[in-house]
Amino acid sequence: MTSMPGQPVTAVVQRIEIQKLRQADNLILGFSIGGGIDQDPGQNPFSKDKTDKGIYVTRITPEGPAHEAGLRMGDKILQVNGWDMTMMTHDQARKRLTKKNEDVVRLLVTRKSLEEAVKQSMGSGPRQEHCGTPSNHKLMH
Amino acid sequence: MDTESTYSGYSYYSGRSRGSHRHGERSRDRHKSRSKDSRSEKSVTINTPPAEPLLGDLAVRGEQVQDDNWGETTTAVTGTSEHSLSQEDIVRITKDLEDSVGLDCRRYFTLTLAVILGLLVFLTPLAFLVLPHLLWPEKLQSCGTACEGLFISVAFKLLILLLAVWALFFRQPRAGLPRVFVFRALLTVLVLLFVVSYWLFYGVRILDSQDENYQGIVQYAVSLVDALLFIHYLAIVLLELRQLQPCFSVCVTRSTDGEMRHYNLGQLSIQRAALAILEHYYCDFPVHNPALLSASKSRAAKHLAGLKVYNVDGEFPAGPAEGPGNNAAAGLAHSQSRAMIAAAARRRDTSHNELYYEEAEHERRVRKRKARLVVAVEEAFTHIKRMQEEEQKKAPGDVMDPREAAQAIFPSMARALQKYLRTTKQQHCHSMESIQQHLAFCITNNMTPKAFLESYLTPGPTLQYSRDHWLARQWTLSSEASVTSGLKDGTVFLLKCVDFSLVVTTKKIPYIQMSEEYIDPKSHKFVLRLQSETSV
Repeated sequence: MTSMPGQPVTAVVQRIEIQKLRQADNLILGFSIGGGIDQDPGQNPFSKDKTDKGIYVTRITPEGPAHEAGLRMGDKILQVNGWDMTMMTHDQARKRLTKKNEDVVRLLVTRKSLEEAVKQSMGSGPRQEHCGTPSNHKLMH
Repeated sequence: MDTESTYSGYSYYSGRSRGSHRHGERSRDRHKSRSKDSRSEKSVTINTPPAEPLLGDLAVRGEQVQDDNWGETTTAVTGTSEHSLSQEDIVRITKDLEDSVGLDCRRYFTLTLAVILGLLVFLTPLAFLVLPHLLWPEKLQSCGTACEGLFISVAFKLLILLLAVWALFFRQPRAGLPRVFVFRALLTVLVLLFVVSYWLFYGVRILDSQDENYQGIVQYAVSLVDALLFIHYLAIVLLELRQLQPCFSVCVTRSTDGEMRHYNLGQLSIQRAALAILEHYYCDFPVHNPALLSASKSRAAKHLAGLKVYNVDGEFPAGPAEGPGNNAAAGLAHSQSRAMIAAAARRRDTSHNELYYEEAEHERRVRKRKARLVVAVEEAFTHIKRMQEEEQKKAPGDVMDPREAAQAIFPSMARALQKYLRTTKQQHCHSMESIQQHLAFCITNNMTPKAFLESYLTPGPTLQYSRDHWLARQWTLSSEASVTSGLKDGTVFLLKCVDFSLVVTTKKIPYIQMSEEYIDPKSHKFVLRLQSETSV
């Protein structure tokens, strides 16, 4: 992924739909996020490019809604319910994920293993046209 | 004005015997062993400490001629025997006898020369002023007010010149250097030329023509004194100020144990730099302790004794053989050394193991003895208490002065201290008398036991010990460049004394280019770099 601000970002993404779980008075998703344009990108252990200020998944509660939906630690969140997450402050990202009137969040996430899986399947032959769950998706900004 | 001769610490103590005071109890052995040493001088191996010319020539000659009886007449000299010390004494005494005669002659000669020149210089202006009155008093114009004012000026300037010259040239010299001080000699010549030219002018233009203008003559004398003061100013700059700005960094290494120090010196000649270094040496370097070197010498002896290569066929094939002949001789030597090295490598050498365990053991022993010593001294110090003024008047019972107090508490710590000094091989540096003196000194000045012990726990600079240790020294400066030439980058010279030598290397201090950077006090601003994690 390139890191030039203002340039279109190309990535292999996965769609994940998480149902929020009600716990006492709160709706929780079961993961923690880190990153944001107001944070220090150099301390992010999951990013390939240390100037990447995107939102990353830093922790997943095991057996929580996010884990069951297929979210993994180290994923970068690109969209939440259609809203872009690549140029967000940390607090804005948190607010987008924890809207009280939404029961479900639809995320677009990317991770390193997705790209490699696509490369492998493309390299094994032109016979296979589409390659399972990961879908190619181009994002234009 | 001063030419100084070889440096000898004996200028004030020439009457005393120069023998090794620290080995007083071994003097009997010295006399016995001297006869043995004359035999050993025939073929001497490299591990004898003093490499003085007295022994060196004989050694070189001895090794070139290999007669069949060499096995019978050789005495192997090891580094730890008493013989090596007595050889040093012989060398030292011989050298001192040679040099003490030359020293006095040169010094008196230069002193007389300097005094004569000084008198000439001082009496010249006075002569200029007085001669007209003596030779042609009736023709002379009378001296007006301005002229008499000049008399006062001449008088005071001469007084200042007298004091300044005494301060710069006639004080007690600190050392005797091997060669003439180049700058002083040049200044002497300059002053002489100057005075002679003034006399010439005076003689031709004033004495011969019998000039009546006395004021002009007085002004002439004043100008001479002014010029002499300027020459003195030049002398100060050349002799004192030029060497103050640091220009070279010298590294001084002691050859026996590798102690190294660095000093900054200005632009000096090699002999003056050597003098400055020696003055620093006495203050900074820990005292030379030959007992600490015995361990490495015994190891070296063991290495040498391990493998010997004998050539049973006699001498090498000599003669004018070229080509293959010479190669054979060289090849023989090479193959011998290669064989030795290969054999030494193959042999299982466990000396490193021994060294490691020996050093660990020694360390442990030293620490144990030190612990006992510290406890003994602290306990001894608790027995002594200072009496206050009022108590002194009231109870005149068992009152002691510091010396008696020291003698009273010394026996309780003497044994522990002696054992410790023996373990660290310092026992010859401190005598009982000196220890008791030091103890009395510490008690008088309210020092703690730790302060008393500090001078025994670590070896201090040479000046700390008794006078015999540092007065019995004569230094030889040996250098490839002339000793009156200035220091340059890469100069190397040696300062040899009887027991060891100091190797001095010079490096020029580099030119430093400094630039400035202005920092606005308001420019210190900071941001908070966060990395927060929120669970959703």
